[in-house]
Amino acid sequence: MRLILTVNGADHAVDLDPRTTLLDALRHDLDLTGTKKGCDHGQCGACTVLVNGQRINACLALAVMHDGDEITTVEGLGEVDHLSPLQSAFLTHDGFQCGFCTPGQLVSATAMLTELHDGWASHVTENLTETLTAQPTSRAEIAERMSGNLCRCACYPGIVAAIEEVVVRSRADREAAE
Amino acid sequence: MTETLKLDGPSREALLDRAAQGAIGRGLDRPEGPLKVTGQAGYAADARLDGMVHGVLARARQTGTITDHRLEALKAMPGVVLVLTDGIPRNPAQGAVPTAPPAADGVAYTGQPTALIVAERFEDAWHAALAYDPQITPVAHDLDPETAATVETPEDKQRADDGWQDTWDAAPTKVDVTVTTPSLTSAPMEPHAAIAMWEGDQLTLRGGLQMLKFNRKSLADALDMPVAKIRLLAPYVGGGFGSKLGVAQEAVAAALAAKQLGRPVSVVMHRRQVFEATMRRSESRQRIRLACDDAGIIRATAQEYRVSNLPGEAFSEPVARADRAFYATDKLKITHEIARIHRMAAGSVRAPGEAIGIPAFEMALDELAEAAGIDPLELRLKNTVEADPISGLPFSSYPLADTLKAGAKAFGWQHRPPRQQQEGEWWIGQGLASAIRGHFAAEAEARVSLTAQGAIVETDQTDIGTGSYAILRQITGEMLGLDPADVEVRLGDTAFPPAFGSGGSAGAASSGTAVLLACRALRKRIAASLDAAPDDLTLKDGHVIHGNRRTALAQIVPQEGWCEQGHVAAGDISDKVRTTTCGAMFAQVAVNAVTGEIRVRQMHGTFAAGRILNHKTATSQCHGGLIWGIGMALMEELHHDPRDGAVVNRDFAQFHIPANADVPPLSVDFLDAADDWGGPLGALGLGELSISGAAGAILNAVHNAAGIRIRDMPATPDKVLDALDKLGS
Repeated sequence: MRLILTVNGADHAVDLDPRTTLLDALRHDLDLTGTKKGCDHGQCGACTVLVNGQRINACLALAVMHDGDEITTVEGLGEVDHLSPLQSAFLTHDGFQCGFCTPGQLVSATAMLTELHDGWASHVTENLTETLTAQPTSRAEIAERMSGNLCRCACYPGIVAAIEEVVVRSRADREAAE
Repeated sequence: MTETLKLDGPSREALLDRAAQGAIGRGLDRPEGPLKVTGQAGYAADARLDGMVHGVLARARQTGTITDHRLEALKAMPGVVLVLTDGIPRNPAQGAVPTAPPAADGVAYTGQPTALIVAERFEDAWHAALAYDPQITPVAHDLDPETAATVETPEDKQRADDGWQDTWDAAPTKVDVTVTTPSLTSAPMEPHAAIAMWEGDQLTLRGGLQMLKFNRKSLADALDMPVAKIRLLAPYVGGGFGSKLGVAQEAVAAALAAKQLGRPVSVVMHRRQVFEATMRRSESRQRIRLACDDAGIIRATAQEYRVSNLPGEAFSEPVARADRAFYATDKLKITHEIARIHRMAAGSVRAPGEAIGIPAFEMALDELAEAAGIDPLELRLKNTVEADPISGLPFSSYPLADTLKAGAKAFGWQHRPPRQQQEGEWWIGQGLASAIRGHFAAEAEARVSLTAQGAIVETDQTDIGTGSYAILRQITGEMLGLDPADVEVRLGDTAFPPAFGSGGSAGAASSGTAVLLACRALRKRIAASLDAAPDDLTLKDGHVIHGNRRTALAQIVPQEGWCEQGHVAAGDISDKVRTTTCGAMFAQVAVNAVTGEIRVRQMHGTFAAGRILNHKTATSQCHGGLIWGIGMALMEELHHDPRDGAVVNRDFAQFHIPANADVPPLSVDFLDAADDWGGPLGALGLGELSISGAAGAILNAVHNAAGIRIRDMPATPDKVLDALDKLGS
């Protein structure tokens, strides 16, 4: 099937077997191998990408379902000499060891920051009457929201600390701007 | 020139103590980090080669003899270019083995990959692999370690001290505890993968591999070709934890298929194949008997255990060793039984032996403390030893008591009886366990080039997340007086000098020592050019300070640079001292009296593993071990179908590993002191230490919280509720 995949702002015209997952299309057809296949079953989160700003498991989506959607992969978050704040924080806090789940963690965390900013509640949100943006973001809140991304090296303490730093800093930046 | 050192005795590199550059030990960020956080680090399956095709391993659904692979229909399926059945090994090679993985003879375990389907597109190969349905004449096999007909008891793994029974009988306080642990799995996030490419008779294989020196020989043996004709590339490995120690099915199959097709072939195991066809940690049944005198000193110790493996596998989980003990004891008894069964192969999973042996022993110690009416911390302190009570060998360093005291203080340890604290439905309690893991020296080589721009380190050592890139850069920076940012480290390529690889926590100390030796040789070159003695030089910030002169290295090093090799070999240290790492781990848990759920609320570990080379990466490794302890204590278990031994829960939905929300605040600190028997670097192995006991701290805390002993790991809610029922609460 012919379709246009829009990835990290660039359009790619591809002709794909309809069985091709979005993950395999990225890796095999567009040579964007930053997105990883950890389980191919939607259980580990290593393949997390953004589709129109929301995080999904690319292994559970067929490429043909995303003709024309805006897709962002880890390659679209930042570059080696121009890291995103989350990417820098993962380095500082050692939020990875082997690094294989890291692209998924980072894409997932990027979307999570938006979800927090948009006031989405989670399973551990204690106060549903106040808007989330008015509450400090607890480590439990971050851990809960990042539990769809498994890490066998178990860098969870570093991952949470990295995200917390970015949450606190971006909130301070926002308040300073207001 | 190669600077060589055989480790036969204590040694020390004074430059590391002096730390003029201040590079060693610091928590520097991982140098390869920017590549990893941007998706640019190339793992085994990430290469995109011209003409590359995709291979998918296909499984056999029952054990027995394959009478017909029934390939005709598969070969006719769209896109299929090759179906390969000959030469796919039965299971992966064990760690540090230079010979081929075992050849297949029929189907030895359910799920064994017995065919490789190669197609132009992955989708076609996957579809055809699912259609693979060989005709198999079933063969009945033993599947249960408890009822297996063949149980081996190798003589060198047994021990029964004269007078053990009398000592046991005479002791006033004793416990007799049986702990069971299930089959477990490494489950690194990167599935096993290989991309093979031939140029004439030369094979280049990108693989997820931990120990390239051995893997290269093993693959050469499997393919019956010269070692020198194989180049392995593994610059980034997405976790190993033992499962990638040896060459596995995907690498051999990719190489064979690529040769037949004359095209590069990529073979990536599906997650379910990683679970069912690589390596498991053997289940264990461990009977532990401990007896102490009225002063709380242990007098008799017995560890009798049964583990299992496939017939023909030399590896058996070394739960306890017949030649050593780590606490006081007068008499030791060890029984090591290996049941031969047809479950998937058993091999090394992070800290083979200690990972399940120490938690069980520490649980028995907790019971002994209760029986003796002693604080479990106090019991351990009473029984720490300066020398191995069995071999009589002194420990090179074994500050177990210091880690226990420091850890207890950091955690806020307070001994109190069980069932004292409740919060609503939750019982709260705390527990501790020691961490104990053997260290061994290994042979390694490395090359360091020094130019006016900085240094380049090359060795085939791997970094599987362990921090090799970071620490080799720091060692070089410290030895040569360079900003670590001016040191480039190149790893995971057999074109470089051979190291030991990542296994047995031996990678950092061995490859780090080889790099240190190469740097020593470079310092001699620098000194010679100044007519000075190497010891009279201070190298710092890219300059040489000699007497009252400070000269830029760039002015000394010739245009073409200098290149030196380092080579460390294991000598006879193990005949002279016992080298061991240790630590103390503490957990606070909450046990829900209604649902049986256990939540770990806090953990702390204080560890001693010689010199700590990078506090940041070392801390992360210790976090990892503690979290593996949470998994082992509470959730991880491979279930084998009793009818055919198959792994039932072969994915992450059914085999639960800790997720982010399972992990409480953790704290880790180190007793950072060089061990002179660890070589001039003074570092001992660290990567496996913190898993070696962690589950015990948690389950001891469960007892302290709710008064229940869960001796059958993992402590899932059903077992907790049963135990609470029996307690009558």
